Amino acid sequence: MSLYDGKKVILIGDRDGVPAPAMEECLKSTSAEVVFAATECFV
Amino acid sequence: MFPVLKAASYILAHTPEMVLNNGTTQTTEKIVNPESEYLKKVSSSLRSFDEVVSYPPNQCYIGNITPDELKEMGMPWVGKAVEGASTLGKKGEIYPEDVFIAMIKAADAFGLVILEKEFTEAVRPKLEGYKINEKMKNLPAGVELAKIEEEIEKRGAEALLFEGKIVGCVERAHDIDVNLNAHVIFENLVVKASGAMAMERLFTLNNIDPKDVDYVIECSEEACGDMNQRGGGNFAKSIAEMTDCMNATGSDTRGFCAAPAHTLIQAAALVKAGVYKNVVIAAGGATAKLGMNGKNHVEKGLPILEDAVAGFAALISENDGVNPIIRTDIVGGHTVGTGSSPQNVTGALTTSVLDKAGLSIKDIDRYSVEMQNPDITVPAGAGDVPTANYKMIAALGVMRKDLERSEINDFVANHGMVGWAPTQGHIPSGVPYLGFAIDDITSGKINRAMIVGKGSLFLGRMTNLFDGVSVVIEKNPGLQEEEGSISKEEIRSMVAEAMRDFAASLNQ
Repeated sequence: MSLYDGKKVILIGDRDGVPAPAMEECLKSTSAEVVFAATECFV
Repeated sequence: MFPVLKAASYILAHTPEMVLNNGTTQTTEKIVNPESEYLKKVSSSLRSFDEVVSYPPNQCYIGNITPDELKEMGMPWVGKAVEGASTLGKKGEIYPEDVFIAMIKAADAFGLVILEKEFTEAVRPKLEGYKINEKMKNLPAGVELAKIEEEIEKRGAEALLFEGKIVGCVERAHDIDVNLNAHVIFENLVVKASGAMAMERLFTLNNIDPKDVDYVIECSEEACGDMNQRGGGNFAKSIAEMTDCMNATGSDTRGFCAAPAHTLIQAAALVKAGVYKNVVIAAGGATAKLGMNGKNHVEKGLPILEDAVAGFAALISENDGVNPIIRTDIVGGHTVGTGSSPQNVTGALTTSVLDKAGLSIKDIDRYSVEMQNPDITVPAGAGDVPTANYKMIAALGVMRKDLERSEINDFVANHGMVGWAPTQGHIPSGVPYLGFAIDDITSGKINRAMIVGKGSLFLGRMTNLFDGVSVVIEKNPGLQEEEGSISKEEIRSMVAEAMRDFAASLNQ
């Protein structure tokens, strides 16, 4: 059982770090529901 | 033959008033939290012009100190000054805000910028000190302050301030069309003016005749047009006009921060194909990004470090046998199918293309990635962006067995650089090193560099995709005979043979 199973998740990625779609991909192996995912840019 | 990277230039305009009045962090805060502590402190956190000029990353940006010299000064650079710092750089210049406002007026082709009388007469003699063309010195007589205040209050004009006082305004160009409102026209004139200033430096510092330029590609992040064609363009042509490129046409290329790298490849391709001989790539800067990370800086007791609008320009020409060649056959790109993980992105831009070219990760002497100044990004929590990029390239090198794990730090130190460019989006992306690359490669310090540009396409809400392209530039092997062409030696031999045949026929 994953820490994320059954959770609603908000993902904020960083363009020069880990972007949101990459995190979303990782969560596919859990039953977490991604309710919002966006990548931000600070530069 | 491959095209060459012939020259590059860089400018900064110190714009503290535009930080306060046009940077989106500040303008947003004024709307959502007008009584905030940040807004109370931001005005007193601005640097003086002298501080901006002597700030080590800025001296590096205009070419007066090298990235290696900047690194030797040790971070943080804020609070340090380059001894003997000058507004004049080997590769560019730093301008004060009043001169920049005059340039915005010079960029105004439709009479939308009005400047105040006294300000105009105070800045006019300053312009005489600059080696700029007559168009850029064009400064009509100013008007009364009351007229400017009326435009701002009654017709929504965008105020222009200098040293805390209103000295002019930018009027809207249409009563209804939001694409031509005062704010958009102001931002677009800033791009045009700063792009033109970079091109002027490119020509003057490198003795380039603007009339030799065939094509200009502009690669900033703004859009000019009206309600029927928002983003129709064409900044490039307007900048070419302002800088006397009488024989040039041009167009705009967009791709968020990656646009300059895209443009470098496009310019090289146009020259390689023989379409044009001399192509300039250029971009002005963005007022919206001024003070973007200001809240973090002020919170940590730092001054506002994002206080200058930036511009750059570079010339790509036919092979001269001297300047670094742009390897149009060693080009990388993040494709639609690449994926978004950091490994995939970096791999597509570096290792994949090196594989195709039969090069090792160590065969690239210098990688120019996102060269954002870490003085700005580290206190803001965004980390040291260039170093993060180099570590990822090194990690991929370990996976490819180009490097041992223990060599990662050495790779980062020897093949990477510290960041020095202001966080103006497209400005730090790959291209800040172009000027130094010409020096480093022609002097024999290095043989090969890779320019990498990355862009956050998802900010436009049209796709979740990332983007990026890369290209290798390397030492010019000298002019070589094209395959199938005849060398002087061969011609000499053919003439000699014909003479011998002729002499033989006389003896018969």
